[in-house]
Amino acid sequence: MTVVDHTPRVARDDAANGPHPRISIRDLSVSFATSAGDRRIIEGVSFDLHPGRCVAIVGESGSGKSVTARTIVGLSGRGARVEAGALELHGRDIRSLPERAWRRIRGREIGFILQDALVSLDPLRPVGAEVGETLRLHGWRDRSARRRKIAELLEAVGVPSPERRARQRSGELSGGLRQRALIASALALDPDVVIADEPTTALDVTVQAQVLQLLEASKRRGASIILISHDLSVVAQLADHVLVMRHGRVVEQGPAEQVFASPQDPYTRALIAAVPSEATRGRRLSPTQDDASPSETASGETDAAREREVVLEARGLVKRFRAADGSETLAVDEVSFALHRGETLGVVGESGSGKSTTGRLALALEPADAGEVSLLGEPWSAAPERKRRALRSRIAVVSQDPLSSFDPRWNVERILADALPRGIRAPAARAARIGELLAQVGLPDEVLARFPLRLSGGQRQRVSIARALASEPDVIVLDEAVSALDVTIQAQVLDLLVDLQARLGLGYLFISHDLGVIAHLSHRVLVMKDGRVVEEGTPDEIFHQPREPYTRELIASIPALPRGAAASREA
Amino acid sequence: MTATHTPPRSAGFGPAGPGLAGTTRRVTRPAIRWDLAIALATTVLFAVAAVWPQLVATHNPFAMDLPASLQPPSPAHWFGTDEAGRDLYSRVVYGTRESLGIGIGAALVSLSLAIVLGTLAALGGRVASAVVGWLLEVAFSFPALLLSLLLIAVLGPSALTQILAVGIGTAPGYARMVRGQILAAKDSAYVEAAVALGHSRGRILRRHILPNALRPLVAVFALSIGQSIVWASSLSFLGLGVAPPSPEWGALLDAGRAFITEAGWLTVIPGLVIVLLALTATTLGRHLQRFLEKGETA
Repeated sequence: MTVVDHTPRVARDDAANGPHPRISIRDLSVSFATSAGDRRIIEGVSFDLHPGRCVAIVGESGSGKSVTARTIVGLSGRGARVEAGALELHGRDIRSLPERAWRRIRGREIGFILQDALVSLDPLRPVGAEVGETLRLHGWRDRSARRRKIAELLEAVGVPSPERRARQRSGELSGGLRQRALIASALALDPDVVIADEPTTALDVTVQAQVLQLLEASKRRGASIILISHDLSVVAQLADHVLVMRHGRVVEQGPAEQVFASPQDPYTRALIAAVPSEATRGRRLSPTQDDASPSETASGETDAAREREVVLEARGLVKRFRAADGSETLAVDEVSFALHRGETLGVVGESGSGKSTTGRLALALEPADAGEVSLLGEPWSAAPERKRRALRSRIAVVSQDPLSSFDPRWNVERILADALPRGIRAPAARAARIGELLAQVGLPDEVLARFPLRLSGGQRQRVSIARALASEPDVIVLDEAVSALDVTIQAQVLDLLVDLQARLGLGYLFISHDLGVIAHLSHRVLVMKDGRVVEEGTPDEIFHQPREPYTRELIASIPALPRGAAASREA
Repeated sequence: MTATHTPPRSAGFGPAGPGLAGTTRRVTRPAIRWDLAIALATTVLFAVAAVWPQLVATHNPFAMDLPASLQPPSPAHWFGTDEAGRDLYSRVVYGTRESLGIGIGAALVSLSLAIVLGTLAALGGRVASAVVGWLLEVAFSFPALLLSLLLIAVLGPSALTQILAVGIGTAPGYARMVRGQILAAKDSAYVEAAVALGHSRGRILRRHILPNALRPLVAVFALSIGQSIVWASSLSFLGLGVAPPSPEWGALLDAGRAFITEAGWLTVIPGLVIVLLALTATTLGRHLQRFLEKGETA
């Protein structure tokens, strides 16, 4: 039995497919009433979800994938109008259920795993109580039985010492534990259907792998899963059937192998091609309209890069942070590296590995407790800020969240003008330079008058890059610079970074948790864990012959696109 | 880590879809905002009364007419008359300038002090911040009314004392706000970005920290005018403000107190006018705040 495409026009016989689908959706549309008239958010979504199967809905932000998931549990939101040819749960029409009926369905029949465990869990209640809430609401009256069940559930999702953890509040748990607690509460009553909306998005790759295993296990026990994700490689791990959504419509759907191996829709192809990985080194990730010649990217130049001048060097950096209770954490421990002109040094690690602090030390935004950084051979971290100011134009930063790095009162023009070196005085020269910067990052002149809040995420990051280029630096520290972007936008920005490096000879200290991005872009890679560099090498060494067990674990956790997908990218 | 950053803003109007960034955000509001229209109209009225009271007054506010004393509101005397037969409406009109002057003056004193103290507490270096911060905590825990009474006891009752008393009394609260705003701006990512660009401390302070920290105070200023007028009126009501023949609103309240049983309008009407002015200032302040928040995005 396979989950097949049940669009009305190919109305196949359900009976022939064995058991009836648990969820059956035909022609689902959701619109929201606004003062400017109705706004249709999703349109014409149809699929069936069978027992023990996983349907994945893939799309970028604004594609309507989350609204689809929420509509299935009757949470499409205020002002939403839901229309559907059919919307059935276990063959029962759920189009116009009263809220009371929904409450019985949620938790018992459909478990819902939300994206962000930090905001989805009540910060003032112990995690155990959160998990137990579902049980209590659905008839588990006996307190001690409930407590046993909670411990059991937490244990099942891999929470160590569950009894102790159950008494802690969500703030005391790490992101991974929180997400697992949330999954435990979604799975508490062993629902037939689990809807997971970006369940691994905020998680480290090793934790992500564990969460995916949990979902896999519950699928094997017969649960049906609807997985919502922007991440194709995550989807590839779990999905049997994939829907690709864009602007509220399903552009393509079919069995997972088929969608990945021979995507039909150009958007699906672009989406798959945009995923950076070791295999994409030296290739553009985004489709280019004008020229077919791929620009020179990270690959091949390693040897030449090595011989070049060292632009940024760190020796034995140490940084400790003192917590409120007096305890010390060693955030960065004896970190040394050298970055050459025109080279990308990838720094990869999980949250708390000290990679961002390393970036801040490199920028001398934070004083190091020991060790020192030199920039272009001159003392940098050890110099007083007054002396550093003259050198600041040589090193720039692009952060994950460009929006907060812009003064909210300023439009793009002002932001860029503020970053121009003081040498450029004449208004005409300044305007010309700003125009040049915009052209370098591929933004139209119209954005100058706009405020960052009115720009898309990709545009903001381009403005941030333009600002970094303003003083013609030698080094740019990029801290998770593409992590908040949709995959196709991320692909464009990565291509842009590669182009700029080739043209301007920039050295990148590229910090990311995303091994795919690091593998795609870096000439050399530092792997960090608990403040230390555990391994350093070329991407080839790191990704193919990792020496350290931790690196091996990290590499093994990377969810990969199926082989077929990689092949199809060449086409 | 894909959550896009959306800073807290005043909530939009109309239904917004759950988690639909940028889809239902730009919803236009209904064309007329009644509260704002009314507030603007009353502002004009108060402004006229303050600048050209003779245009709107019907009688001489100081002319006594003993036979017509303590008359209830009527077509001849819209707000009635007081114990000396003076027209209450005209007195309220003529009192506007002084009351408004005290309110605006006190708000100015209060916010100027707050900006100086708050900036010192936030940026004054280790010793100055500690001392000013400590002073602010002490002053804040001290009831504003007591502080005002203390000042009046020292300086003697007058309009100027009232301005100082109310201004100083309410300053610590605003100073704490200023301090918080500046600290938040100082720790913001855009200030760090400016440091990374190699800008000097002075330039960052001038260009980023102060403008961003102080801009919300524009709205706070309007709010604090309303509050100051209420404060000043209560001081006058206690007999600690402007001397009785003056038609300052608080003084009117105080004068009417003796006749509260037989001539309630003498206290109720000035009281309502004070409330109206405070409401107007508050409404304007709120709209200003919303406008400024939008201004940074539009």
